[in-house]
Amino acid sequence: MSSEPWQMGEIAGPKKALIITKPAAIVGMLKKAKRALMVVGHEISNYDFEEDSAVDYMIRIAETFKIPILATAHTVSEFVNRSCYPVWWMSALDIANRLQDREWEGLDGKGQYDLALFIGIPYYMEWTILSGLKHSAPNLKTISLDRYYQPHATWSFPNIKIDEWLTHMKEILGQIEAK
Amino acid sequence: MVYKLASRKSVHFKLDKLKSKLAEIDGLEVSIGKLMGEEWKEPFGPTPCPSLTTLREWDLKLLKRYKPFYLPYCDVCCLCTMGKCDLTAGKRGACGLDICAQQSRIVLLASCIGAATHIGHARHLVEHLIEKYGRDSPIDIGKSVSVDIQAPVTRLVYGEKPETLGDLEEVLDYVEKQVTQLLASTATGQEGDKLDFESKVFHAGMIDQVGMEVADMAQISAYGFPKADPEAPLVEIGMGVIDTKKPVILVIGHNVPPSVEIIDYMDEAGHSDSVEVAGICCTSIDATRYNPRAKIVGPISWQLRFIRSGMADVIVVDEQCIRTDVLMEAKRTMTPVIATAEKNCLGLTNRTLDLADEIVADLVEGKASGALIFDPEKVGEVAVRTAMLLAPKRAKFKVIPETKDIIEGAGECAQCRFTPCMRACPNNLPIREAMELAAQGELEGLSNLYEACIGCGRCESACTNELPIHSYIIGASEKRIKEEKFKIRSGRGAIQDVEIRRVGGPIVLGEIPGVIALVGCANYPKGGNEVAEIAEEFAKRRFIVATSGCSAMSIGMYRDEDGRNLYEVYPGEFDAGGIVNVGSCVSNPHIAGAAIKIASIFAKRKLRGNYEEIADYTHNRVGAVGIAWGAITQKAASIASGFWRLGVPVIVGPHGSKYRRMLLGRKDHKEDWYVYDARTGDKVFVGPCPEHLFYAAETKEEAMVMAAKLCMRPNDTPKGRMIKLAHYIDLHKRFYKVMPDDLHLLVRTEADLPITMKDEVKKILAEKGWKENVIPDPTLLPRLIHVKEEKHDE
Repeated sequence: MSSEPWQMGEIAGPKKALIITKPAAIVGMLKKAKRALMVVGHEISNYDFEEDSAVDYMIRIAETFKIPILATAHTVSEFVNRSCYPVWWMSALDIANRLQDREWEGLDGKGQYDLALFIGIPYYMEWTILSGLKHSAPNLKTISLDRYYQPHATWSFPNIKIDEWLTHMKEILGQIEAK
Repeated sequence: MVYKLASRKSVHFKLDKLKSKLAEIDGLEVSIGKLMGEEWKEPFGPTPCPSLTTLREWDLKLLKRYKPFYLPYCDVCCLCTMGKCDLTAGKRGACGLDICAQQSRIVLLASCIGAATHIGHARHLVEHLIEKYGRDSPIDIGKSVSVDIQAPVTRLVYGEKPETLGDLEEVLDYVEKQVTQLLASTATGQEGDKLDFESKVFHAGMIDQVGMEVADMAQISAYGFPKADPEAPLVEIGMGVIDTKKPVILVIGHNVPPSVEIIDYMDEAGHSDSVEVAGICCTSIDATRYNPRAKIVGPISWQLRFIRSGMADVIVVDEQCIRTDVLMEAKRTMTPVIATAEKNCLGLTNRTLDLADEIVADLVEGKASGALIFDPEKVGEVAVRTAMLLAPKRAKFKVIPETKDIIEGAGECAQCRFTPCMRACPNNLPIREAMELAAQGELEGLSNLYEACIGCGRCESACTNELPIHSYIIGASEKRIKEEKFKIRSGRGAIQDVEIRRVGGPIVLGEIPGVIALVGCANYPKGGNEVAEIAEEFAKRRFIVATSGCSAMSIGMYRDEDGRNLYEVYPGEFDAGGIVNVGSCVSNPHIAGAAIKIASIFAKRKLRGNYEEIADYTHNRVGAVGIAWGAITQKAASIASGFWRLGVPVIVGPHGSKYRRMLLGRKDHKEDWYVYDARTGDKVFVGPCPEHLFYAAETKEEAMVMAAKLCMRPNDTPKGRMIKLAHYIDLHKRFYKVMPDDLHLLVRTEADLPITMKDEVKKILAEKGWKENVIPDPTLLPRLIHVKEEKHDE
């Protein structure tokens, strides 16, 4: 199954992301991963809901699956007053550069990651970063958790509306039954 | 003395003794043409006129520390007929190239385009000025105000001290040759190594700096622009400052001679007060440097909105940064276009040899939509006369819709499910929602898009109903546009030697915490105000803020919380707390030149053909950082490359990640951060200073924190490092709400600790197991070690 990139000119090459049709697939990948990492950019604040914020959802997913959160840019400020869950911070490019280094020992010194989830980095910047990782980090699987199709990820949602995205997050957390 | 040939036209030989049947000659010396070193007594350094590989070892030192991190913008290569070749994840193309080398190759191509553009501009300008003022016309960019070191970049690279316009031709011969050789190395089946491509990128950037310096020296000298004047006049900027009661001539581009001739013709014909000359992009900055009565509309992104506003009665384009659909857009408002450059003919008929009367008549009567005129003087006459005759007929005919038309048009919006308008927008602006509101009579949604709109018009191309969305945004912002009345300090040109004497010590010792150079184009992620906010933040903190081009304009088009213009609040001196507009894009070498002059004036290092030593100096001692927040073009890429080779880091905005590769340090790799102590030859850990060489920041907050950190240098004194750390920590805490996690890598001794944060930082250092270190006399070059010892190696 294929999809179109959100920004229409950002055409990828021959290898494109597989589309996530069922959030359960993400749950499966998170359970299967030996070392997973969640990378959260500043546009996470663009995901506005009446109830909880998207930041809260990310914290809950991270807590549920016991994966570290890394906040890029100044996004760590969104986390510090919200939760005692440990959040690392580093620029988007610095973490991408480390993820493609097989020798990197990870944020906690326990080894490189085999799965990285991305959300909230500006679309075109996340596009280029995921492209870099696609080419230079063959041992890393990437998932775009954004609601826009990211062709350079290993797996990505298609372009979906925000309420659909919220439903997916709730399904990942087991708060609602998958359809 | 042995002289080196300056060009193929020059010959010099010396015979100590000649015996022949005809004569016996002692000490014969013959010179034909101009020779390097004739008048400048400073001995040559090791690398005058470097070729593609002369500085390769220096480049590889930098690239070992700042390794390329590739962000491929395209997975394939389509540059030859064996392709397209899929280069995904380790595959090689038919020629053998892999994705990394291909990215470096494209970066080199971009840098060659950028360098060729500036150098081509310089050649065009110098030839015109020689024709007008003569080959012997002197270079003077501020001799009377203490600019003894003119042309620091040219001296450093080319090894010559140009004194006349004619001298500049020889410098251009050299740089043109280099660009040709660089371009040749990108051919299929040529260079194949990624780092060698990167070294050539640095070479292109360095050559570009020379070309730009030549261009600005020529125009400052010949046209009498402000000469290193910190009090260069404040001039008007913004769409609201244009007097639309008068005929208006809009100039767009970078090459100022046509604008100069327009202004001169107006003066000569007595029309100075009856016609308005306004410009977009760098040619407008240079027009105000020539005559402060000229006005600036705004940065590159103001083109579509101003043309469609109908305010311009004639549009004159020269070269670079011009919308390629300018003729099509101008036709809609019945505005004739005069193209003036061989590089940008727009499909127009060449009227250079026609009589001005005939061209004016054709343009006024609408028989021609434009004209191609290569003679700037004729452009001046035709533009002014046409504007005066056409203005009453056009009556400022515009295609920006009125409110009722916007509401009606928005009602036709299909509210497409997959929002092609938003998805075409570089900044992902919520256009569909704004259109929905507009259809209900509420235009605030559209006007809210104005600040972050970069004026590309892609939303209109994508609209399934072909609605003029950009025009709706402009129409909805009419009130705001009328209030666009600001000031910008006209470009001052070079930095005075006396200013360098005053700040050289404090910068090198770290007591002035850094030089922040805000340069480049206007592809901002969230509008130009972010550039102004960065400038204000660092000026308040008493950094030196230098600027040029569209960034300088964005700084002008902002008011602080007290409603004040930053150029009126902060002085134009190259000193702590100054906001220093050097001028247009080709003025950028004055910023690099200031760093170079610090090495020369403050540290007494030799300049002439001594690139590696000076770059080692600036990299280790001069806390300068470039920020190109809205970089768009290949020219911006080559400008950045010129700073990299000097070891000066550059930050770009998030769109800058599309430049395909970054040059990133790894602060967790301790082994990367050693320098030689020139006093002892010992290798000393100095921490990640500066951490990166080329870096895209996601937000302005991140850019500010990183810029403060990238100003740290191994040479900082404890007092200097204390000041720099205080700014870094303060900004980090303000934007990130936490303390930095790398202080143990940046603090060398307890004396570095900011006094007010001492306890907090000491606690962190203790947790990290920090140990005190020495502060070296830093260099990356073993040959600069004072005491020769066996302990060092390359």
